[in-house]
Amino acid sequence: MSDAVSVLLGARVDGPVTVEDAGLCGMIVLRGDLSSPAFKAACTEILGAGVPEALGSTVAGDRAVLWMSTDEVLVLAPFAEASALTASLAEALEGTHHLVADVSDARAVLRLTGGALRETLARLTPADVAPASFPPGMVRRTRLAQSAAAIRMVSDNEAEVYCFRSVARYVMDILANAAQGRPLGLF
Amino acid sequence: MTTRLATGGRLLDRGRSVSFTFNGKRLSGVEGDTLASALLANGQMLMGRSFKYHRPRGVVASGAEEPNALMNLGSGGRFEPNQRATTQELFDGLEAASQNHWPSLEFDIGAVNSHVSRFLPAGFYYKTFMAPRPAWKHVFEPFIRQSAGLGRAPKERDADVYEHAYLHVDVLVVGGGVAGLTAARAGGLSGASVLLVEQTGHWGGRAPVDGAEIDGQGAEDWIASAVTELEAMPNVRLQTRTMGAGVYDHGYALVYERLTDHLSDKTGPRHRLWKIRARHIVTATGAIERPLSFAANDLPGVMLASAVRDYVVNYGVSPGDRTVVVTNNDDAYRTALALKEAGLEVPAILDARLEATGALPEAARAAGIRVLTGRGIAKVKGRRAVEGVAICAQAGEGAVLEEIKCDAVAMSGGWSPVVHLWSHCGGKLNWDDAGAFFRPDPSRAPTGADGTAFVTVAGTANGHLLTAEAIADAHEAGKAAAKAAGHTATRKAAPKATSEVEAPMAPVWMMPQGAGAALRQKMWLDYQNDVKVSDVQLAAREGFESVEHTKRYTTLGMATDQGKLSNINGLAILAGSLNAAIPQVGTTTFRPPYTPISMGAIAGEARGELFQPLRRTPLHDWHEANGAVWEPVGAWRRPYTYRKPGEATEDAVAREITATRASLGLLDASTLGKILVKGPDAGRFLDMLYTNMMSSLAIGKCRYGLMCSENGFLMDDGVVARLSDDAFLCHTTTGGADRIHAHMEEWLQTEWWDWKVYTANLTEQYAQIAVVGPNARKVLDKLGGMDVSKETLPFMAWADGALAGHAVRVFRISFSGELSFEVAVKANEGRALWDKLLDAGAEFGATPYGTEGLHVLRAEKGFIMIGDETDGTVIPQDLGLGWAISKKKDDYIGKRAQERSHMTDPARWKLVGLETVDGTVLPDGAYAVGDGVNENGQRVTQGRVTSTYYSPTLARGIAMGLVLDGPDRMGEVIDFASLDGTGTVVKTKIVDPVFFDKAGEKQNV
Repeated sequence: MSDAVSVLLGARVDGPVTVEDAGLCGMIVLRGDLSSPAFKAACTEILGAGVPEALGSTVAGDRAVLWMSTDEVLVLAPFAEASALTASLAEALEGTHHLVADVSDARAVLRLTGGALRETLARLTPADVAPASFPPGMVRRTRLAQSAAAIRMVSDNEAEVYCFRSVARYVMDILANAAQGRPLGLF
Repeated sequence: MTTRLATGGRLLDRGRSVSFTFNGKRLSGVEGDTLASALLANGQMLMGRSFKYHRPRGVVASGAEEPNALMNLGSGGRFEPNQRATTQELFDGLEAASQNHWPSLEFDIGAVNSHVSRFLPAGFYYKTFMAPRPAWKHVFEPFIRQSAGLGRAPKERDADVYEHAYLHVDVLVVGGGVAGLTAARAGGLSGASVLLVEQTGHWGGRAPVDGAEIDGQGAEDWIASAVTELEAMPNVRLQTRTMGAGVYDHGYALVYERLTDHLSDKTGPRHRLWKIRARHIVTATGAIERPLSFAANDLPGVMLASAVRDYVVNYGVSPGDRTVVVTNNDDAYRTALALKEAGLEVPAILDARLEATGALPEAARAAGIRVLTGRGIAKVKGRRAVEGVAICAQAGEGAVLEEIKCDAVAMSGGWSPVVHLWSHCGGKLNWDDAGAFFRPDPSRAPTGADGTAFVTVAGTANGHLLTAEAIADAHEAGKAAAKAAGHTATRKAAPKATSEVEAPMAPVWMMPQGAGAALRQKMWLDYQNDVKVSDVQLAAREGFESVEHTKRYTTLGMATDQGKLSNINGLAILAGSLNAAIPQVGTTTFRPPYTPISMGAIAGEARGELFQPLRRTPLHDWHEANGAVWEPVGAWRRPYTYRKPGEATEDAVAREITATRASLGLLDASTLGKILVKGPDAGRFLDMLYTNMMSSLAIGKCRYGLMCSENGFLMDDGVVARLSDDAFLCHTTTGGADRIHAHMEEWLQTEWWDWKVYTANLTEQYAQIAVVGPNARKVLDKLGGMDVSKETLPFMAWADGALAGHAVRVFRISFSGELSFEVAVKANEGRALWDKLLDAGAEFGATPYGTEGLHVLRAEKGFIMIGDETDGTVIPQDLGLGWAISKKKDDYIGKRAQERSHMTDPARWKLVGLETVDGTVLPDGAYAVGDGVNENGQRVTQGRVTSTYYSPTLARGIAMGLVLDGPDRMGEVIDFASLDGTGTVVKTKIVDPVFFDKAGEKQNV
């Protein structure tokens, strides 16, 4: 839809760690029995990416599947594909106990880039973000200061943060604030 | 008189002078000084006034335990009261001022309290509470207010910034003395990641002052090489000026770093609060020396023996030309020797023990110092500073045997291990008879989730007062901690230390032991709060046998120092008064933080714009740009109303309501909770959650439902739409969205885990716009894309479709009594649709309305609001909502509770409408009064107002309320008490709660 705009309107704060609006992103909540053949098939056949291990993620091109809990994953895809993918997933899982919902508009995605991004995160999240504990590909559902958020390490220099759209500006502001902090010398 | 010595001061850089002010006077110190040492070097022993009696006080300690030398520091946005001069490092431009006196430190009117001290005994405050009420108001309270309080409260906004940081480590070692260094080294060598924190700016703790030989090196050299070794380990992190503040469950610890307190340059964060998750914690927190309780032990010039030698050795400061040492142990002899070495006089060492023949006493004798055994101080002479001591036999009652002139007294009552961090999370203590102190019991350590200890104590903190033992203990502690964290303990040997052999100390709780009442009234236990030996004894006589009660009754240990010096001495006096053993009396509870931490550090980045997350709807920016008067609803900000330029708030509300009733209103309803409930058992699940039947709802239809707590009380309401055979969309109140989602998940995860139901909170996926008023359908038709006619989309139905090219879901529901459509659109398109609605609605005078308009519209229709008509004590039956309670269902959450006798009591107040006879607006929360008074002497009440508004539609005040037998009293006029304090009443008629369009014709077109 041409009228759709991301909640942060492309905001970006540069620095040793750059914090920016990752723009419109397709996101689909998928709940079900992660170990069932039907669920696995839906992921691999429709998304091309398999069901991730606990705390993990799988990536296939511009799609990814993020582990959220023992019965939930979050599907990432281009924004324009979200509606159609939601329908396809629902169709594939028809007859099994599942829930699929398009949450592309419910959340905001922020991107952190820069070698010091782990320190930026360490000022805000109680999760262990040391390289050994939080390697690329891992996903943590945690909080950033006072807001719930999920974090995915995309690479050692890039992370994505997923938060509710209503608090996107707060999350942007605390990340930008933390990114300006003096080095802690942690990682 | 205290002064700077010509030489010495191992922490000083004498080449660098530092300028500071004290009470406005410009003074100079030396780089490396603390504020306390610099003041002493300037001859300023008097540093403050005590809390209760305003007695002149000098510095007594040299570290975190200092009770007396509390200062106001800084000015303006950097003003801070109650800072310890002993832990404040000196920097250029430091501003300090003493506190708790008027008009000046030297002459304080409040010191008169000291002369009336016998009228201010233990429990003074409590006793005043029991006095006649007027006495409290006119005598005691003004007096206490005038005399109480230490520093001033800061007035300006804090100019500094603060931050938090999280760190996960295998082992956290608290304390950077030789034990901490040894434990960190053992942990690091074992391969564990280690964080070692030290509260001061220096490594090594007391060892360089007290003297020790470790691995053949002097203490200072060994410390330097140990720090170098640790710094070279990539798995070890060292931080000075960082205090272990608290230990909590699951290896969680708060660590407080002070980054700029010691610098002139204040840029950057001032404090950083580290939140550490450690697999294992080692507390190497050392020990604190205890004062001795002799008469006038609070005179400026009486100091801890360890502090005296710290000032001499570390800062090159003389406590006075002549210092008498009084002790019950060998360690204090080190102070005498240090003074002697600095060229100062020690006229005598008074040793309460009957003999002193250890290496240290012999060394003192060899140095020519007079050692008197079996002796103590009967009384310190002097009015505002020490002028001499009167000596007595410790065994006697205080008969003076001799008087010695001196300027200072160095006292030592033995040492108490710092067990605070060990105790924070439940570590238990044993009484050690030999050392007369509490020490951690390793078999009763704080335990984690798996039942194993997660804290190990090391070194002096573990009761090993001799360096050799402390080092050996710390090495084992470091190994054990690494092992507990999953590493293999190092096989490298522990550092080897040699210590002088010390003879046993002898506990001395009162000096002399047979002191009479006159002396006991001058023996201070808690310097800051002015608690004396006589106060604790009085508390015991008055029946306060529990140490926790005695603490609160006397205020012993309740000051900002939390009894670091007074605790054990006070306990011992209490035990003595009760004829009980000290361990039977026990200790008070040790609570974090170890020393006070700043409020700024606790807040971290949460201030100003970042104070808390503010939730914004997709239309927030439009509201902001169009005169929204904000109302906080949960963390959301919703427009209360939109004011046009020059318009009053109440006029804006009335305009919005009138426009909506007459033509077209628009409401941002995005904040309403939207929870998707899906699965084969979804219907069954909702039948349990709601009081009415949801499983029978037809696909495409909506139903209003009530949710109750297990106790039957109404907790949320909203419209449920059936999306498909196995899926429902549940709308909740704005504030209820997260809470109700959690409520659903709790039942699903803990009670009905075998039911096949998934939930998802979709609240923020949609912007939801209520299009309300007689012209609502016309504007939707104008946007075009779907049929919203009465036939296709009747009242309480919903449909998916498109409007102006946006995929939407339209709910035909009404909270205003008007023709109303709630249009849900994807949040990212919300603003676009809103703009189009405003555009298309312009010809109908489309008027956005806020929450107040929403409230009035619903009140005119008699619709209840969660949080107004409910307050956690109201059940649906009270509100005339019996129709929404299914009689067919076996069960729902709250059903059983609603059958309890009190819930079915016909005397429960019931919902009615209320109209003042004169048409005015009833005060919110007003009570309906009846005749007479109840058993408490209060006026009898028979109802209360729950919602009250001015209705522009009816041009009069309308209200709802809960009234005794209300529905049976229609037309009756009752009295509501006004809230203006005049005692007048407002005559009010009981009416039907539906004030407007009783037949519901307007919404049904």
